Amino acid sequence: MSAVSPYGPQADPGPPGLAAKLLGFCEELRGEGVAVGTSEILDAFAALEQVGWTSQDDFREALASTIAKSQDDRRVFELLFDRYFFRAAEAEAVQREVTEHGEAVGGDGEGGASGERLDLDELREQIREAMLDGDQDRMRDLARLAIAAFGRGEGSGVVGVDVQRIRRTLGLTAGNQAPGEDGQERPPIDRAQLTGFERHLRRELERDLIERTSTLPPSRPLAELDRALPTSPTQDLAAVHRAVSQMKRRLATLGQVQRGRSKSRVVDVRRTMRASLETGGVPLRLSYKPKRPRRPEIYVLCDVSTSVTSASVFFLSVLHALHDSFRKLRSFVFIERISEVTDVFEHERDFAVVAQRISSEGGVADVSGYTDYGRVWMEFLTEISDELDPRSTVIVLGDARTNGRQPHAEIFAQVSERAGRLFWLNPEPKLYWNYGDSVMAAYERYCDGAFECWTTRHLENFVNVVAGGVPVAE
Amino acid sequence: MADGSVAEVKDALAKVGYLADEPAALVSFLAQRLGKPILVEGPAGVGKTELAKALSRSTGRELVRLQCYEGLDEAKAMYEWNYRKQLLRIQAGGAQGGWDDVQEDIFGSDFLLTRPLMQAISSPEPVVLLIDEIDKTDQEFEAMLLELLSDFQITIPELGQISATTMPIVVLTSNDSRELTEALKRRCLYLWLDYPGVEREMEIVRLHVPDLAESVTRRLVEVIEMVRALDLKKPPSIAESIDWARTLLLMGAEDIDRETFTQSMSIIVKHRTDIALVAERVGMKLSERPSPTS
Repeated sequence: MSAVSPYGPQADPGPPGLAAKLLGFCEELRGEGVAVGTSEILDAFAALEQVGWTSQDDFREALASTIAKSQDDRRVFELLFDRYFFRAAEAEAVQREVTEHGEAVGGDGEGGASGERLDLDELREQIREAMLDGDQDRMRDLARLAIAAFGRGEGSGVVGVDVQRIRRTLGLTAGNQAPGEDGQERPPIDRAQLTGFERHLRRELERDLIERTSTLPPSRPLAELDRALPTSPTQDLAAVHRAVSQMKRRLATLGQVQRGRSKSRVVDVRRTMRASLETGGVPLRLSYKPKRPRRPEIYVLCDVSTSVTSASVFFLSVLHALHDSFRKLRSFVFIERISEVTDVFEHERDFAVVAQRISSEGGVADVSGYTDYGRVWMEFLTEISDELDPRSTVIVLGDARTNGRQPHAEIFAQVSERAGRLFWLNPEPKLYWNYGDSVMAAYERYCDGAFECWTTRHLENFVNVVAGGVPVAE
Repeated sequence: MADGSVAEVKDALAKVGYLADEPAALVSFLAQRLGKPILVEGPAGVGKTELAKALSRSTGRELVRLQCYEGLDEAKAMYEWNYRKQLLRIQAGGAQGGWDDVQEDIFGSDFLLTRPLMQAISSPEPVVLLIDEIDKTDQEFEAMLLELLSDFQITIPELGQISATTMPIVVLTSNDSRELTEALKRRCLYLWLDYPGVEREMEIVRLHVPDLAESVTRRLVEVIEMVRALDLKKPPSIAESIDWARTLLLMGAEDIDRETFTQSMSIIVKHRTDIALVAERVGMKLSERPSPTS
């Protein structure tokens, strides 16, 4: 296996074998954005040497623990694992012309394929039991049985339609179940259990289809929907997080340049004594405690009014990502008034909950629901001004549309003066700035940088410009 | 280690009171076989730290624990020169002995104070090293760990590399409060622990509180499940289920009705707003069945 370069071209599938298949699998994972390094692949092989390959669970877990290193990666891994190895097995079967009928006729203990039609009620009961037990193997067998009962290849040929047809004919529904014949109450079946069975049905139908046509349907990348986190509305979340973590590093190093020498230094007793060994225990040279690079203090103001509705989800996810990366971060949302939401972000990791809580508890739209930038600056200044110092960075996320109200740029100038740096991210294309009620120009001159920002690429651009050393107003 | 298979590891863990699920057992097994650290992530209170402790008990190794916190540095995590002793040595040896002796001497291992990481690799007996809540430290500290995690060695400028005399089993835990660096993850086996299902939690509770009637235990686990499904600030952990089971045993509860629940609820819910929510949602449900017999 060491002869195969994992980063080499994968056009040639290589000799048939597990190593090649595994590399192909890793290649697909990479295609879906999971960072699988060579060392991880080597680990995976090492791990596989230790477990039995015949148990699918062990095989899968061993691979997952060495390759998928986060919950998100794991989700993609699960999706791809099923698909990839299912396809691999089927492709092999097609190639070798192995068919079920050639091998398994009469071998089926329960005699699914052997013609005799099963009693529907009995089948339904069995499936229900298997679903309740969560017995995967049994469900798979029963799915095959069900397909056989309805006749192989008799369906519409569209897998999705057939799955539902079979489910309906069997009378399987989620939720509370009608009492059995003996009048006993039966435990309800939940959605997930039913979906589990449907998945088996789908898989078996696909297998059947492939067998009949001797071709594999084309492989396609995971649909965005498939890999969506069940809770996050934006697909960009991961990308936003990446850009922000980049930003974190840059802001941290930038901040250091700005800091002057401080007069007060603290003697590090331990180091001083240690250094005094050279002089026989007389502390001739004083050592000072190293100055820990102070974390940048960041203040983020985020417009959540209706004029930026489309962008505010994106902004909130930026905010969310920022909170992940910076400890000293205070965030505010505003429409007419300003409201601090630092707490919300600190206590919630779940993006959906954050978004919902902000809209319900923010308390930022008092009267008209229109943004009042002038008032926001005033409130921000009175609340926070004492804490602003040259170390702090203020980032404003907003469209600078004042709805005809007084922009109070002079107050904004004060904010800018007190803060070390001030950046503005505008969700509108530059073309629209200063049209209509946008007063971007009035604010822009006090900013250390104003950027259009409505995609993650823009965000990355912002990070780059910041790192490139924009002139710093002091 | 004579642990021959995944099942044996699982049994060994179960014997010392830790019911591992399949992935946990498999990863523990792989960690011992491949000599790689385990990175365990998951919500608070699912037994991440407990896994390390159980590994230590089941393998008969000593547990060396490094609790991480913000600002933890190498002097506290790895090693430190015992400067007081060095000083004494210089002053004591001032009369006799040459300069060379002293110089050689005071940077010897006698003057080294070992901290948990150093202790773990220099121990004559293999140990289990638990690096708890790694996500609480700075990224710089993670970088410092890399040498230890991949090569099991520590470089001390005055002494050179110190390689591990014995291979520790390393377990890192993280509450997922921040994303760990790729470099660190790359060196570890990844294990995600989640709240157990009803059946497994039943087993766990019964293992620790065998005296509680089975019906009550089942009811308890079901209620806990319900509570976890709510959107709480701090969902009850497994340890809290066990505590609650013990409490119910002491109260002599025959069943969990509304009254018992309100009385003992504070064992599992520990946040003011959560208590209100749980009382409202779960308490109500319990009252709907005046005499639940399960």
